[in-house]
Amino acid sequence: MVKQSQLKGWLYLLPAILFLGAFMIYPLFDVFVYSFEEGYNFASQSYFGTGSYNYAYVLRDPYFISALKNTFIIVIITVPLSTIIALLISLGLSSIKPLKDLFQTIYFLPYVTNTLAVGLVFMILFKKTAYSDGLINMFINFFGGKSVDFITGPYWAKMFVMCFYTIWVVLPFKILILTSALASVPKVYYSAAEVDGTRSIDMFFKITLPMISPMVFYLIITGFIGAFKAYSDEVALFGTDLNSAGMNTIVGYIYDMLYGNSGGYPSYASAAAIILFAIVLTITVINLMVSRKTSIR
Amino acid sequence: MKIVLKNLTKKFPNRNKKQGGDVIAVNNFDFEIPDGKLVGLLGPSGCGKSTTLNLISGLEKPTEGKIFFGDDDVTSLPAQNRGVGLVFQSYALYPHLTVFKNIRFPLENLRGEDKLSKEEMEKRVKEAAALVQIDELLERKPSELSGGQQQRVAIARALVKAPRVLLLDEPLSNLDARLRLQTREEIRRIQKKTDITTIFVTHDQDEAMSICDLIVVMKSGEMMQMGKPQDVYDDPVNLFVAKFLGTPPINVFEGKIGNGGLYIGKDRVMDIKTSSGDKEVFVAVRPEGFILDENGPLKCELGRLEVMGRDVSIVSKHDALLNDSGNIRSIVNSDNTVDLSLSHVGFSLKKHKVFVFDKETEERIRFEV
Repeated sequence: MVKQSQLKGWLYLLPAILFLGAFMIYPLFDVFVYSFEEGYNFASQSYFGTGSYNYAYVLRDPYFISALKNTFIIVIITVPLSTIIALLISLGLSSIKPLKDLFQTIYFLPYVTNTLAVGLVFMILFKKTAYSDGLINMFINFFGGKSVDFITGPYWAKMFVMCFYTIWVVLPFKILILTSALASVPKVYYSAAEVDGTRSIDMFFKITLPMISPMVFYLIITGFIGAFKAYSDEVALFGTDLNSAGMNTIVGYIYDMLYGNSGGYPSYASAAAIILFAIVLTITVINLMVSRKTSIR
Repeated sequence: MKIVLKNLTKKFPNRNKKQGGDVIAVNNFDFEIPDGKLVGLLGPSGCGKSTTLNLISGLEKPTEGKIFFGDDDVTSLPAQNRGVGLVFQSYALYPHLTVFKNIRFPLENLRGEDKLSKEEMEKRVKEAAALVQIDELLERKPSELSGGQQQRVAIARALVKAPRVLLLDEPLSNLDARLRLQTREEIRRIQKKTDITTIFVTHDQDEAMSICDLIVVMKSGEMMQMGKPQDVYDDPVNLFVAKFLGTPPINVFEGKIGNGGLYIGKDRVMDIKTSSGDKEVFVAVRPEGFILDENGPLKCELGRLEVMGRDVSIVSKHDALLNDSGNIRSIVNSDNTVDLSLSHVGFSLKKHKVFVFDKETEERIRFEV
């Protein structure tokens, strides 16, 4: 009887296992193998030899180093900033009563807005054209500053736009999660704290934050993973030739190695992908360890 | 600390806008709680007892009326400046803090002159913990405690800042029956020891009767009666109070006053003198107010016996009975014997266990025998 019901269970799982196996597990495994095969060629299914040469090449490639640097900057700036901003907005949202639903909808709009439309808005804000320097430059000019070329200009300006965009895009989801997390903290804790004369700043740090910490950690972990995998946002802002724009990311580098102008190098792409995987894994494990230590049982 | 409520009224806006008007949770409360007493606010759910407690704690602002602690008017004071300790129904222990830190929490908020040193705080926490006998549990998290232990921690947290008034909101409702008995004794002991004026809210009349110095019976935002538990039990002012207090509940019959006598249905149960004149009434008899008497005036249809050691509970029926259960429950000493082969049982009644209420107003009609 036990055997039969177990068999049934496996049968139900079979479609999922097949698809996950074919499209997730096998490719993962395959990438790992490619990354150790020098000069693998899709067409002829051949390679010159095995070893760590691909890793050595990728780690010395200045494009990869620059992509690594860009990715890290984006991660380090956008993940904490977006989480803090989302937390502030959520706190604001949960403490107002009138028009709360309206504001919640407004803050959630970017989440459902088409990327192309978003790109257009950012172009109007930042892009220099023959007719205008963009809205932001108009502001800068108004206050007596000189126009900055945000899209093809200096590195810091491009990085600013990039981080601004990334934060703006990830905010809605974080606000959604955090407002519901805040709403789920039982009101009675605040009543108890109020009777005991707790200042509102202490209420936040001693009650609210610890109570929503599981959700905050969830957002930080998924934020790190998402930011490390950044690519499409870069393309939306700076076009497909990210290397010449100096704004490439690790995923962008992998894509270029596979299909870009310098494409046709699956071995290098695989090595870069495995390096990315190792980085994300390390950061996530650290995150989990920190969250386990601090969160409530 | 004496607590005085003057014309205290709290209205909430009606959620259902079509109905309009306000919901009156507390209506024109006027009473005084003497210093150092344990007072029970008692009533069915939704009668406004928790709102009253919140008004006293300062978590809610009254629509009208005033609250005094001693001679201080605290009506406009925010909760933290009133010096109240509040124990919530769900205890509201901070789940991420240890028992020690939970109890210390109120002390950390003290500022200015009242600010305590770390050693002083630790001393106070240990004292409070010792008072409620949880010294051993200080390093645990609330999730590792039983309901009764959590309750003690909550009381310790409320007491640690030496409040002027201790408020308990349904403190026993989350405990199992055995723990409830034990904890209510515990609350009584702590209250006696600290001598803090304590108000506790409950819907369980047993709880209130057993430990309170005074009880306040409430119904839909109005105070019905206030007094010592035994006095209220023995002398209810209206039918609601009579029905609300006592287990098993009081037996209510349809009856009338006429020809100088009190009738239950057609049975003339006693001769009475009253100033109210002849009228239809409700007659309520406490279960212990029945005396087995073959020739007694109240004739009931015998149902069954429930022997409970010391007492016997006789379950019977009467045409004029209004009890929800449909049964009269009378409790007599187990020395009495009832012949179960008979279909009827006769009772005479103890006059001080019989209450008569006006049929319209449900107010008590006093009589003499």
